[in-house]
Amino acid sequence: MESVHAVEFKGVTKRFGHNTANDHIDLYVDKGVIMALLGENGSGKTTLMNMLAGIYAPDEGQIFVDGREVSITSPKVAFDHHIGMIHQHFRLVDVFTAAENIVLGLEEKGRLDLKAASKRIKEISAKYGFDIDPDKKVYEMSVSEKQTVEIIKVLYRGADILILDEPTAVLTPQEIEKLFKVMKAMRADGKVIIIITHKLNEVMEVSDVVAVLRKGHHIKTVRTAQTTPAELTELMVGRKVALNIDRKEPVDPKPRLTIAELTVRDGDGIKKLDNVGFIAFGGEILGIAGIAGSGQKELLEAIAGLREIESGTIVYTPEGRHPEQLVGKSPMAIKEAGVAMAFVPEDRLGMGLVGGMGMTGNMMLRSWTAGKGIFVDRKAPEKLAADVLADLEVVTPGVDYPVRKLSGGNVQKVLVGREIASAPSVLMTAYAVRGLDINTSYTIYNLLCQQKEKGVAVIFVGEDLDVLLELCDRILVLCGGQVSGIVDARTTTKEEVGLLMTSVGGKEAN
Amino acid sequence: MHEKTPLIRLSKREDMPKRRIWLIRLGAFVVALLLGMIVFWIAGANPLEAYESIVVAALGKKTGIRQVVRNAVPLLGTALALAPCFKMRYWNIGAEGQITMGAVAAAFFAINCKTMPSLPLLLLMGLGSIVFGALWSLIPAFFKSRWGTNETLFTLMMNYIAIGIAAWLIGGPWEGKKGSQIIPVFRDEAVLPKVFGVHIGWIIVLVITVLMFIYMRYTKHGYEIAVLGESENTARYAGMSVGKIIMRTAALSGGICGLVGFMIASGAHGTLYANVAGGAGFTAITVCWLAQLNPFAMIVISLLLAVLTRGSSTLQTSMGIPASITDIITGIILLCMLGCEFFINYKMHFRKSSGKEAA
Repeated sequence: MESVHAVEFKGVTKRFGHNTANDHIDLYVDKGVIMALLGENGSGKTTLMNMLAGIYAPDEGQIFVDGREVSITSPKVAFDHHIGMIHQHFRLVDVFTAAENIVLGLEEKGRLDLKAASKRIKEISAKYGFDIDPDKKVYEMSVSEKQTVEIIKVLYRGADILILDEPTAVLTPQEIEKLFKVMKAMRADGKVIIIITHKLNEVMEVSDVVAVLRKGHHIKTVRTAQTTPAELTELMVGRKVALNIDRKEPVDPKPRLTIAELTVRDGDGIKKLDNVGFIAFGGEILGIAGIAGSGQKELLEAIAGLREIESGTIVYTPEGRHPEQLVGKSPMAIKEAGVAMAFVPEDRLGMGLVGGMGMTGNMMLRSWTAGKGIFVDRKAPEKLAADVLADLEVVTPGVDYPVRKLSGGNVQKVLVGREIASAPSVLMTAYAVRGLDINTSYTIYNLLCQQKEKGVAVIFVGEDLDVLLELCDRILVLCGGQVSGIVDARTTTKEEVGLLMTSVGGKEAN
Repeated sequence: MHEKTPLIRLSKREDMPKRRIWLIRLGAFVVALLLGMIVFWIAGANPLEAYESIVVAALGKKTGIRQVVRNAVPLLGTALALAPCFKMRYWNIGAEGQITMGAVAAAFFAINCKTMPSLPLLLLMGLGSIVFGALWSLIPAFFKSRWGTNETLFTLMMNYIAIGIAAWLIGGPWEGKKGSQIIPVFRDEAVLPKVFGVHIGWIIVLVITVLMFIYMRYTKHGYEIAVLGESENTARYAGMSVGKIIMRTAALSGGICGLVGFMIASGAHGTLYANVAGGAGFTAITVCWLAQLNPFAMIVISLLLAVLTRGSSTLQTSMGIPASITDIITGIILLCMLGCEFFINYKMHFRKSSGKEAA
């Protein structure tokens, strides 16, 4: 008899419009194995797993679980087959406790017995080494605790096949380590774990086998022990790529932005920035690290004049001119002074781009006030759009094609290209490479380095600590709206930054 | 056991050729007419005859055509006024009240300027109606930009206040003969002149159509409106002052609505009624959306609706079909036209027995 795989895809194809997300994928994974599903954004990893989790139905092909063909028409059916997926964006009810969230949606007979549920949750936690309080409300939880709730939720429903969609994207190095321990404990218990990621070092650390997808095709599955990061990159990108950032020593850094005692509250009166102070130098890349929501967004917005500032000063010293106070100036005045912001928020199009307009219309965001009279000038932005399109190799049918319909990477190129083209003296970027393929990411990194060499003060809010360490000159770590520390990127370690991210000053490590 | 895949699956489709989109829309219109035939048939009329008499009544004679144009003017004018608001995602459903206030201002000058010659009087009335309409529209816009109030409810409620004010003026301070509850017909100097048998308002709205097209597409204001409609954050990021744009656009919209009110009162009615807007402020919302905010398409849609309205009154007299039947027909047309957008945006996959399906 043929050996039976825990999960097997045969010729699975999924199309969205003209776009084929998965093209005849043949892939299998066995019990007690951690498989990493590796591929660049848009390579079809999440789509493939969504079909296993019952969120999409395949257009063609078959899926087998334990050797039996199944048709997974909904997440509930997926659970019936002991398949559970932990999504990138958590699906939890904030005002419920962990236990309430975990039992939510279960159709058990009789009345709701939260005590019994709590007991079982504790059993599961003890078995795999989770650290969770079933009675804690979700809104009081850290990102990593929420993720734990999501994982237990899936285990509670008896899942033997767990899919984790980029689980480490939001975690600190210490939390990632904990997660990997748990994953290994689950593997020892015979569970199948599929982890979607594009981080090579994690793949090497935690997985047994790696399946590489590229542009919707399954390229190859290799044993982790028998491969190298270089080989995986080549499989993922399709050719050899040199991944290095040409980081030069800052030349003659001069204070460009001096921020002191900056405090900002949000609409609900909650402190988002607490007494923040630092200096950003021209000719230097200042990285900003922190757990998501630690005040990164508020900091950039405050500098750009988009947020009301409760107290503090932001002094801007342009090349060869007198310092000026930016607090109280309109966003327009700040921009005209030379402070550019390429802010890529979570939803990418929410700020900085107009989805329904083409590249030209989006270039115009920077120049729409130009010229006298009531009419907008389309000539200059049209030319700029054509330049950005050529320089950054934006893939689009034309400069008037709505940017909303472009792929994430191309959207980002439009945004970053426009900001750099405005010849700023302060360039702020947040998550500039989110969603970009490896190659384009490095194009962007090197563009930022070029800006730095021109004497621009670059502020780079990033998520990937490896990149921050490689790209930046100094790294400012935010923790709960406070400056937790400023470290030299050339000498610090990931662990040090990770500690600073979770506690101010990095003192009380837990 | 093999579970079944769903019978119908939907997937989003993109980039349908323009020609196909228009064919689908045309198809939807034909389907609507066919469904309308069923309604006529149920109502006991010969469907083909009914359609014929609508067309003949509306377009067969000069009087019919004039009536159609007269009906279309306020619809087109108001739809044009709403376009920049809707583009900005500012849901101004207060056109009815803004029209009414414009008409009130026009009536004020018509009644009180007893000796002024025609041209300055009409200019004064027009200007007054624009200012009044704009102010009426500014109130909710001010609250929205200052305190973030919901403009949908606010503008809607303002309608009833405006209509109430008009009714009070007509029955109170401005009442003509005691107890008549109406005000006298405007003197001739205060009535809009006619061109080809219809008051000059039709030329005014055609001019506004062109201006609005240019305004929305080529001006800085138009660009601001488009950006703000897509994302308030992006607008702020680009240095636009959101509150100012909201108030300015709402005022522009209200001003045009006010002008429409002036044209109805002075051109079509020759006096002020409390329901001077007669629902145009609401019907124009549909005109605006069916035209996808395109000013030139609004001409076609408002004429189409005006033809149906005109036809309905004839149907009642000549074939004994209640006029409300045409409201049903209008509703069916709107439903089909808006519904067909679904097929433009989505693709349906049906379950195939073989398991394979064409791309």
